[in-house]
Amino acid sequence: MILHELIDFETLRVIWWLLLGVLLIGFALTDGFDMGVGALLPFVAKTDLERRVAINTIGPVWEGNQVWFILGGGAIFAAWPPLYAVSFSGFYLAMFLILAALILRPVGFKYRSKRDSARWRQGWDWALFVGGAVPALVFGVAVGNVLQGVPFRLTEDLMPLYEGSFFGLLNPFALLTGLTSLAMLVMHGGAWLSLKADGAVAARARIYGSYGAAGSIAGFVLAGLWLAIGLDGYALAGPNVTDGPSNPLLSEVMHGGSWLAAYADRPWIAIAPVLGLAGAALTYLGLKAGREVSTLLASKLAIFGMISTVGLTMFPFILPSTIDPRSSLTVWDSSSSHLTLFVMLVATVIFMPLILAYTAWVYKVLWGKVTEDSVKNNEETVY
Amino acid sequence: MDLDVVELSRLQFAMTAMYHFLFVPLTLGLSILVAIMETVYVMTSRPIWRQMTKFWGTLFGINFVLGVATGITMEFQFGMNWSYYSHYVGDIFGAPLAVEGLMAFFLEATFVGLFFFGWDKLSRRGHLTVTWLVALGSNFSALWILIANGWMQNPVGSVFNPMSMRMEMTSFYDVVFNEVAQAKFVHTVSAGYVTAAVFVLGVSAWYLLKNRHVELARRSIAVAASFGLASALSVVVLGDESGYSVTHSQKMKLAAIEAMWETEPAPAAFTAFGFPDQEARETHYAIHIPYAMGLIGTRSLTHEIPGIKELVEDAETRIRSGLIAYEALMQIRSEREAAPEAVKARFEDHGADLGFALLLKRYVDDPLQATDEEISLAANDTVPTVWPLFWAFRIMVALGFGFIAVMAYFFYVASFRNMTFPRPALMLAVIMIPAPWIAAELGWFVAEFGRQPWTVDGVLPTALSVSHLSITQVALTLAGFVALYSTLFLIEMGLMIKYIRKGPYLDMPISGNRPDAPTSEPTPGRTSGLQPAE
Repeated sequence: MILHELIDFETLRVIWWLLLGVLLIGFALTDGFDMGVGALLPFVAKTDLERRVAINTIGPVWEGNQVWFILGGGAIFAAWPPLYAVSFSGFYLAMFLILAALILRPVGFKYRSKRDSARWRQGWDWALFVGGAVPALVFGVAVGNVLQGVPFRLTEDLMPLYEGSFFGLLNPFALLTGLTSLAMLVMHGGAWLSLKADGAVAARARIYGSYGAAGSIAGFVLAGLWLAIGLDGYALAGPNVTDGPSNPLLSEVMHGGSWLAAYADRPWIAIAPVLGLAGAALTYLGLKAGREVSTLLASKLAIFGMISTVGLTMFPFILPSTIDPRSSLTVWDSSSSHLTLFVMLVATVIFMPLILAYTAWVYKVLWGKVTEDSVKNNEETVY
Repeated sequence: MDLDVVELSRLQFAMTAMYHFLFVPLTLGLSILVAIMETVYVMTSRPIWRQMTKFWGTLFGINFVLGVATGITMEFQFGMNWSYYSHYVGDIFGAPLAVEGLMAFFLEATFVGLFFFGWDKLSRRGHLTVTWLVALGSNFSALWILIANGWMQNPVGSVFNPMSMRMEMTSFYDVVFNEVAQAKFVHTVSAGYVTAAVFVLGVSAWYLLKNRHVELARRSIAVAASFGLASALSVVVLGDESGYSVTHSQKMKLAAIEAMWETEPAPAAFTAFGFPDQEARETHYAIHIPYAMGLIGTRSLTHEIPGIKELVEDAETRIRSGLIAYEALMQIRSEREAAPEAVKARFEDHGADLGFALLLKRYVDDPLQATDEEISLAANDTVPTVWPLFWAFRIMVALGFGFIAVMAYFFYVASFRNMTFPRPALMLAVIMIPAPWIAAELGWFVAEFGRQPWTVDGVLPTALSVSHLSITQVALTLAGFVALYSTLFLIEMGLMIKYIRKGPYLDMPISGNRPDAPTSEPTPGRTSGLQPAE
């Protein structure tokens, strides 16, 4: 098959780096408000009926949203196998926590209102809270660790050996990024609930959502300052081969300098943090003013900007190694083969527009607020 | 290589995969049965069919959510527990998993919400379309997962790249149209259809025994029996197709399933019964059916099927050939592009046997230092433990024929005997509910256990595929999964039983001619003996 050489290897790698970003952002934009609603559940909804209103705003869409997570995993496996192998085995217990939380969540949505018992429902409310808050926190902790580098090395056979511990992940910088991520998704959940719920639930969601917006701005700025003064970055040392075989050991990497050097090399990337901060500020103002649709859009902009900031700052690094910088994974040495990247791109070009189209259609069909009356009147079908 | 981590990781994978597969077959089949019922509703406008759609749809939902939840684990545990596997074959194996997400899972999961919440928001045809899209999505899902699994059984369309130290794809077409994958797909979805048919039949039979929801139960039996008969026939016929494809791709698995120790002159006999003895390499008290094995396995009277002893000798030859490839690879690895052409050519010639040399890693760190004794031990390792395969396969096949018989009987009574089912037949249908799950799990057991000692047949040994984790880590997550999954299983069973006892609910008058009547006052169908007059 010669067809795949239509697009050169270097370009395909950059495209797949972008698509990795698209998937992570897609996940944060859709499943993100599910997690935010879960984390907010005990705070914005006090009575059983209020909780059902909050849950039913995401009831019909969580399944589709969750697929962004699954597809993210599948795409990392298919396009960046070394990243998939190193990160998931390295963050082993943290991954288990995320999986357990994400398993409890869908089950909570579906089963919570299937029995009348108050204890049963309280139990599931906890599951939904954990299923929302824990992954939101842990994803941020993971990002913080990726920025610092992770203690792994690759053997000559490219077998990943991880030498850190679970508690090593919970260092101060990572906790800061974890809390920032939690605040960001709380903001997003608040913006969603203010649009889709009404009455007391929406009113409380606006208050807590604005805390989330303020918190994410503070955390994002603090993390930026930390990068500027307290944290070393990574850089490629030696010739930069962009279309060579995917073998991280073939390139030389240097630990030192600052991640923020990227902003001197590529000043245009400053647009990402600017959008992130502007989006969060607009969300804060929108929640205070009670605007609905535009606030959700602003919250999406904030998430887009903040996640893009991490990716653009690190480019071309994907997962640096602290103990053996040479093992670090970059865009140029940890992708799938030329053919696989091409095949996967074709599949994405065909199916992604379809997915976006029918997802948009489903949200359109479900347009409108979930109210206490709508929950009471559809007792047999709603959650 | 630490065998305890390997064993624990295998146990965890087997546990999570088999648990996931408790929910998948019912999703595959019930999505289609529900879509069929709704189609009848849209065509005839009879409210009873809408009620059936909603009732079976509720049970579908309780089951579906656990399929989704446990599927999350499946997508991520390759990286968590099998990181060398993920690196080594991710270039090929990851692609079908990602396409599954893009093409199938998104479709199914996005529309399933509308299936439950969209009754009042969509036209009847619109809702029917949504239901069929859910069914289509779940079946496409199975296709891509089985393409991935089929590649592990028969790794076509790929080659080892010494520069990146991993397998890389050479032809996506070959991976997708892998004969093993295609045979597995049709066999597996048919098994899902049988599972759902048996489930619907059993629950409906229980209603008839209790004289409740008779109209719903009778119609459901009619649908389930005809759908189930066709599916049970195809699961057996297509299972045979699957066996035929194994004959040329996985000779050792076939020999182990059949406990065929010696190569027999064609056409070989089929061992219907016996007690395989791994140590002595013979089967005690065997009952043979002449010619049958040769016919099933090769569809001819002249092709030989190799026995286990001959295959072990082949494996030893391939290990020695693999060692030549391994030695060449070590030189290419250290000298990269500068390696002499002769060495590269030697790797080309013997590269296909590289995986066999890796079997030695279980005994020595450097396969090149292996003794003759270790080589013969490794060759022996290519034989999976025979007796569990032998029995699991036979029980699965017997159950398969049982499904055909029961479905044929119910189809006959439903079509020609005016639905007067004798009580013992109804009781049998209730008792039979767990049987398709047993058959399906045994099927997976045969497929995966029969592939040992490989994760990817002939390419990568299981013992080498695992992550570099401690026993404590794996034991912790294994305990965590067992606790979480057991709890969820009990909860799910409890809800299933509650909703089956509760029966269908009415959201409109069943007897009226107003199929689109307002749904504002739902009447809970708690009253037993609810028998709508048509």
